Parts: sequence; C-alpha cells; structure tokens
Amino acid sequence: MTTPLYKKTAREIRDAVRSGAVTATAVTEAHLARIAEVDPKVDAFTQIWTDEALAQAAAVDAKVKQGVDPGPMAGVPVGVKELICTRTGKTTCASKILENFRSPYDATIIKKLDAAGAIFLGKVNMDEFAMGSSTERSTLKTTKNPWNLKCVPGGSSGGSAAAISADECAMAIGSDTGGSIRQPAALCGCVGIKPTYGRVSRYGLVAFASSLDQIGPLTKNVEDAALSLNTLCGRDPLDATSADLPVPDFTKALTGDVKGLRVGLPKEYFTEALNAEMREKVEAAVDVFRRGGAEIVPVSLPHTDYAIATYYIICTAEASANLARFDGVRYGYRHPGAKTVEEMYVLSKSEAFGPEVRRRIMLGTYVLSSGYYDAYYLKAQKVRRLIKKDFDDAFEQCDFVMGPTSPIPSFEFGAKTENPLEMYLADIYTISVNLATLPGISIPCGLTASGLPAGLQMIGRPFGEETLLRAAHCYEQTSGITLGEPPIA
Amino acid sequence: MEFEAVVGMEVHVEINSKSKVFCGCSGNFHAAPNTNVCPVCLGMPGVLPVLNVDMVNKSVAVGLALNCTISRWSKLDRKNYFYPDMAKNYQISQYDLPLCQNGWIDIEVDGQTKRIGITRAHIEEDTARNTHTIGGNQSGVDFNRSGLPLLEIVTEPDIRSAKEALAYLTALKQMLQYLDVSDCNMEEGSLRAEANISVRPVGQEKFGTKTEVKNVASFSGVHKAIEFEIARHIKLINSGGKVVQETRGWDADRGITVPQRLKESAHDYRYFPEPDLVPIVVDEAWEQRIRESLPELPAARRSRMGTQYGLSAYDANVITLSQDTANYYEQVVAAGADAKKAANWLMVELQSLLSAAKQDIRDCRVSPADLAALVGLIESGAINGKMGKDVIAEMFETGKATQDIVNEQGLSQITDTGEIEAIIRQVLADNPAQVEQFRSGKDKVFGFLVGQVMRATQGKANPALLNDLLRRELSRQEN
Ligand SMILES: [Zn+2]
Repeated sequence: MTTPLYKKTAREIRDAVRSGAVTATAVTEAHLARIAEVDPKVDAFTQIWTDEALAQAAAVDAKVKQGVDPGPMAGVPVGVKELICTRTGKTTCASKILENFRSPYDATIIKKLDAAGAIFLGKVNMDEFAMGSSTERSTLKTTKNPWNLKCVPGGSSGGSAAAISADECAMAIGSDTGGSIRQPAALCGCVGIKPTYGRVSRYGLVAFASSLDQIGPLTKNVEDAALSLNTLCGRDPLDATSADLPVPDFTKALTGDVKGLRVGLPKEYFTEALNAEMREKVEAAVDVFRRGGAEIVPVSLPHTDYAIATYYIICTAEASANLARFDGVRYGYRHPGAKTVEEMYVLSKSEAFGPEVRRRIMLGTYVLSSGYYDAYYLKAQKVRRLIKKDFDDAFEQCDFVMGPTSPIPSFEFGAKTENPLEMYLADIYTISVNLATLPGISIPCGLTASGLPAGLQMIGRPFGEETLLRAAHCYEQTSGITLGEPPIA
Repeated sequence: MEFEAVVGMEVHVEINSKSKVFCGCSGNFHAAPNTNVCPVCLGMPGVLPVLNVDMVNKSVAVGLALNCTISRWSKLDRKNYFYPDMAKNYQISQYDLPLCQNGWIDIEVDGQTKRIGITRAHIEEDTARNTHTIGGNQSGVDFNRSGLPLLEIVTEPDIRSAKEALAYLTALKQMLQYLDVSDCNMEEGSLRAEANISVRPVGQEKFGTKTEVKNVASFSGVHKAIEFEIARHIKLINSGGKVVQETRGWDADRGITVPQRLKESAHDYRYFPEPDLVPIVVDEAWEQRIRESLPELPAARRSRMGTQYGLSAYDANVITLSQDTANYYEQVVAAGADAKKAANWLMVELQSLLSAAKQDIRDCRVSPADLAALVGLIESGAINGKMGKDVIAEMFETGKATQDIVNEQGLSQITDTGEIEAIIRQVLADNPAQVEQFRSGKDKVFGFLVGQVMRATQGKANPALLNDLLRRELSRQEN
C-alpha cells in the first residue's frame, strides 16, 4: 500500500511534483480531502481556500509541464496563521476587532512562498493576537490536540501545530513571541523552529511585540524545517530589523552526526518545575547525544528566574502601542453606539478585544506610564541584557543549549484559563530565547504514559540555525523515537 | 515694575524629500485626498516603517548649518496618544536622543547681531489631516500628510521680543531655503511655529510661568501673537493676577490668543524606543560628506558679496535674502553689468514687477543677461532711465530680449543735435508767452519748455543734450 499524499513530507512532495511523478493538484486535493475528513474534529483551519489553492496548484503543474522550475516549495500545501497578512481571505488575528478584515497586501513571506511554488490551503487558528499558550483565546473556534481531543494544542500557533500533527498540511506558518511556535509544536508532537530575530521578515506579521516576534515554520520533520527556512529567511527592505546576512542552504547542514558538538544543559531548566515524565524524556535525549559522540556540558543561565517577569513587561509595553491602531477609524470593528471619538475608542476596544488582550494592553500601558517607566520598562530592558549575556557566556562552553520545550505536556481545556499566571508558566523555557533574540527549535522526544507528546528544545547562537538543524536532525534519525499517528480522538 | 519677555520657539519644518519618512509614498500632499497613501502610512496591521535616508541627510545638513552637534548614535521613539489623525495612534519621533543638538543661529535685530541657541532638531512623522466639514456630523481624515517627514527645531529660551522671534524665523527660513530642504510655506503648513512665552521682572533669573501659542499661520501672525501674549502676561501680573500655564491658540481675526482645549493636553505620552527601527548611526565620514555638500550659507554669502561687489550692508542683505535672488544678481554682474547699478535695477524695478505679479525670481522671464544688457544701454546713454523702466516692464511681460524691444519700439534716444534744435525752435515759436516769462526771470518756465520738447519727441530726446540746446537757443534768440 502506498502512503497517502497527505502523509508525505514537504520535501517528498516537492521532489515528486518537480519530477512530475505527482501533480500539485493531486497533492492539494488530497490535503483538502484530509481537512474535510479530520478538521471537523481538530478545528485547526479557520478558513479553507479551495479555489485559490487549486488555482495555485494548476499554475505549478503548468510550469512543470512547460519544463519551468516550479520552485523549491513546489506543491507544498501550507497553512497560514491568522495573523499573517494575505490578500486572499481574511486576516482576523482570531479577534472580533478584525473579524472582517481583509489585508490590502501580502506579507513578505507569503510572496516568497508563493514564488517558491507553495500552495496556501487556508488559515489556521491561534490565540487572539498571539496572546496565549493554548489557543483557547481564539474568538474563531476551539482547536483540539490531535493526540487527545480533550486537550489543548498549545499556543499561540495551536492551529499550525494541530494541522501538521493531523496531516492537514505539510508546512504551517507560525509566529513565536515567547514560545508560540515551539510550545504548540511540542504539545502536538511536530517540529517547530523560531529563527534568530531578524532572520525572517516581519513585514505583514501583525505585531504583538515587535522586538520579540519572529515568523517560523512548523513541519513534520527537521528536513522540512530546513527546506522551509531556505525560502522564508533573508533580508527584506521592508523590514528595517531584518538581518542583512546571506541565507545558507539549510538542508546542507543535515549531516546526520553530532560528533564533537558540545551540548549545554542549563541547571536552571531541570528544577522541580519540570514534570518528572518530561525530565525523563529529556534525559533520554541527552543519552542519545552522548552516544552520538557529542560532549555534554553543564552550563548555567543564572537570570532564568527573571525571564517571565521581564518578558511580560516588555511584550505588554510593545503590545500596548502595537494594538493601539485597532481603533475603528480606518478598518476593523467600530462600536455602533459610539457618539464621540472617545466613545468610539473605548466602546470598540472594550467590546472587541478579549480579556487576555485587554489585560496585556492595560499592563503595558501601566509599565510605560510616567513614574513607572524606570521601575518597570527600563529595568526589564536591563534584565533582558543580562539574560542575553547568560546565553553569551554559556555559548563560550557549548555549541547549543538543550532542555525541555515545555515543563508540562498538553492539558485539558479550561485547566489554566482561570489563572493567567499559571498559563504564563507554560512558556518558562521558551521566552528567554525570544528575549535573547536567539534561534530555538522544538522536536518530539517521545510520548508520555497518557499518550501526549513531549518536546525537546535546542537553543543556538545568533544565526546558528544550521547547528540546531544538524543536531535536531541527527537526534530524529538516531534516537529511534517515532510518535506514530495521533489518534484524533 | 519693568518686565522682560522670555521666548523659546518650536518650529516644525516639512522636509521636501521625494517620499514620506517611513514609506515610499510621494511627499506631495496637495493631491486628491487619500491618494498618496499605502498600508504603512495608513497604519494597516502588520506594516513596518523604514527610515528614509534622504530625510536623515537633509536633517544632518540642517543640523550642521545650525552649528549643532550631530549625534553619532540616535534613536527613534514611539509617542503614544489617541487621535483619529494618527494612523497608528502613536507618532514615531525622537525623544531623549535627537539627531542634532546644541547649535545656534545668528539673527539681526535693529542692526545688532544676536545669537539664538538651538536646543535640538529631531526627526518625526507628520499626522494626517482631519476635516470636520463633510455634511452633517461626519468627519473625514486625509492621510496624504500622514508620514510626511518633519524636522522639529527647538530653540533655547533666548528670544526677548516679538521682533527677535520674527528675526529668528526669517533667519531660519532663509537658512532652510538655502539648504533647499523645505519651501517653508507657513500658510500651507510646511513650516509651523509655536512660541513658549513668559515674562519676568528685569534682573530676575527665574523664568515666569509660560504659555504656549499655537495655530499661527503667518510670520506677521507670530509677531502679533507674541506681542499680544507678552502684553497679556504683563497686564495680568500688574493687576495682581497669575499667568496660567496653558496652550493658547492665535485667533488671527480677532487678534488675540485664546485658551485651547487640546487633544494632547496633560497627556502622558509613554515614550519608548521604536522597536521596528534600528538606531540612526551617523559616523564621521557620513557627517563630513554632508558638510562638504553644504552650499555657501547666508551669512557667508552676505559678507562675501558685500566685499566683492562693493554693496552696502543693506543691499547685501536684501540681495542675499533668497539664494535665487543672490544667484540672479551674480549672473547679472557676470554678464557685464555695473555691480551697483545692477543692484538698484534688481532691488527696485525688477523686484516691484515681481511683487506685483506675485512671481518668484526663479520664474522671471527677464534673464540675467537681458538685465545686464539693459543696464549697459542706460549707462552708454543709448536709452534713458525712464525708457529703461518701460523696457524692463516689456521684457517682464513678454520675455523678449532687451535690444529687440529697443529696436522694435524705436526707443533709442534722439542724440542728433540738428533734429532736437529744430524741434526746440518750433516749441519756442509755439509758446511765445512762456518764452517771455522766462526772459523776465521766471526760471520755472524752463521746465515747462523742456517738457514740451520731450512731448514732441515722445520722450526720446537725450535729457542732458536737450537741456544744453534749449538754454543755448533761448540765449541766442535773446541776443
Ligand atoms: Zn505610504
């Protein structure tokens, strides 16, 4: 029996389409059928662009027929997070305030993927404005974890992770401000990489926290992550913070060995906050690296404890300004009962932003207000530099840092929505990476006894994605761990 | 009690960059509403600003011309406040690290030179423009102006009178026009001036309570508004009252300032560094490159031209007021005209034609070479001064060359002695009574006779020659 097309990896699809062994149309149809079959249960997709996807596929097939190179992502079906601006469909950010918003332009990465031959199947769910770790903060729908439909997919890119895990697409675009790619990837058992800040253009990514946000791919395996980065990365004249560095062929970094690599294990990541089962999985992964000839080095990241407080000051401060534009003046929700300009602001925002978004806007406004700026925002910026320095110091002794992605596996709906602080702890291992502007990858490292995926995180030097991909790929190839198929039940 | 005024100026200058400061839209805001807009200057979701390098270059040029220190490292910040003319509900500006700092400019008041300190000059984006006149209770916003490049120039509180404020604005405008970075049109809003005004007893160190005056649309308005405000402060204090710190608007129709209820009043702007932009790093080489590209600045040009052309301080001042006039003048002289006469013809005749036609010298149809030719014809006696005025008016109107007009209209003076003598004899014969009066000692009649001859020659007789011949003929007939 041959593998169904929807089970194939992005690289397999690309190769098959390029060689003419299979058409992009067939691939697209197979995935659309798969979505029709499983998405009623998973609820990852918020919009399905059947006609547009088939038209894109037809264009790819026409190129193949004419002998024109259809591109490095030819025929690869992609799900796009709801906060990436696309001319096609809506860009809602999973919020009532943008429930009918259509972007007049395509994000830079959308243009790049389109040029590379990728097929956009539609948009996938997320926490409202990427603020959350469970995708429960979406106003669109409730996305489930394919490994257990009673459990959350993680967040904020929960739709992206669930869609990959349920084989609804071969690559999904996510964004990561404090772990929003890596944590859902870990909870849903797929691969997610947050590139170094500046690696991927943010133009067209609706900003949550500008100095932390970064776009990245969620994929079925490490090779697909490398392949996707080849298209996504690179300097963009429309993003002043994008790095003017050459983009390597990331797939060439996948050598299959880790001999001589130094793996740093930060002692601060292995405390009682770490669930025992998760610790066991990570320790087993350490053994895989040791057996592979890597050197295991104990390191310390002494300011880890301050990361969450620092993060929630900086990200909320930036968010309070970034979200100010949603005022009902030019686009988006405008309260029908508003009689004055001030009422238009207050009523529209109060009604159309969800509670977590409102909480963060207020927090951010507070930490920037006169008299509190120095104590909060300025102090947080100083601590941010110390956190970055912790990593600089660690990288003197190791080539990458390794640990768990999340302290806990997925949890049931509603378990953490009552207490926002508890939800914030889900990102305890991932947010430092954004604060330090480093690349981080999460890959599956086994299933818990209750059948939920565990994620292994690797954190690299600035622009050290190749090392991460090499290590992650080698682990994937040599650990003998395969999660198998999620039950979607 | 005697008071002195303390005034500081904040001037916003729209820099004439081809595109807006953070996007590629055209800087022309005269277009139909909302046509020079894009996702960036509309504040659409997901957009990012990219700093226009031309704006940085021009801002550095202004900073250097104003003797400022150019920051090696400066940054942009977000200034947060809500208003429908703000696309993002924050304005990208520079807060604690402006691009240019600690400069000065010399101004001239009543023949005295005074130095005004420049605190800072920083880059920011303009807001959109709200219109509240659309029928009923609707308002419109035109985003053509949103994101236009602004340079805000702030002085030290060194200005002591409305006159000095006006002199400062004049000098600043002249400087900006020399640098060709703005058209500085206050009526159109490409230059906006606000004044911070306070008064204090003479001899007192401490500043009085200040008020800020906005909403002034002309240079003369600034002068009047400051004068009014100073008088208001003094009157208030003298009558036992207190000046309230507030923002006031200038009501040009009534000639008074009135308290303004402002959108930003008592606002906490919650400034923080703009994370979407990288710091502005102007290294020494960059600064040097711009320094070398600076044109000759007003003060230098004034003094050079004064010496080189032997102009009075007043003339040098007037001619160098605008770079275009100064260039024009130098071209006239280069074409061979006498420097002093050229100055007169330019400042008096041509200037009055330009003012009457509300025309810029740049668009003037009288070429410098033609003006030089005209000055030459008068000097050689080929035409007289009065004819010259007619010729320049004709040149101004039609753009024809000097000699062509002179030829066409037969304007050359009559210098033929015989021809003039014949006319004189005729005039004397026609006016026996006046000739009699002259002989009986009434010298004034001489002028009447000159006029009659001029009329008969249609003004073409050479005046000196005519005088000579008329006296000779009168004395000849007497004998
Ligand atoms: Zn624009």
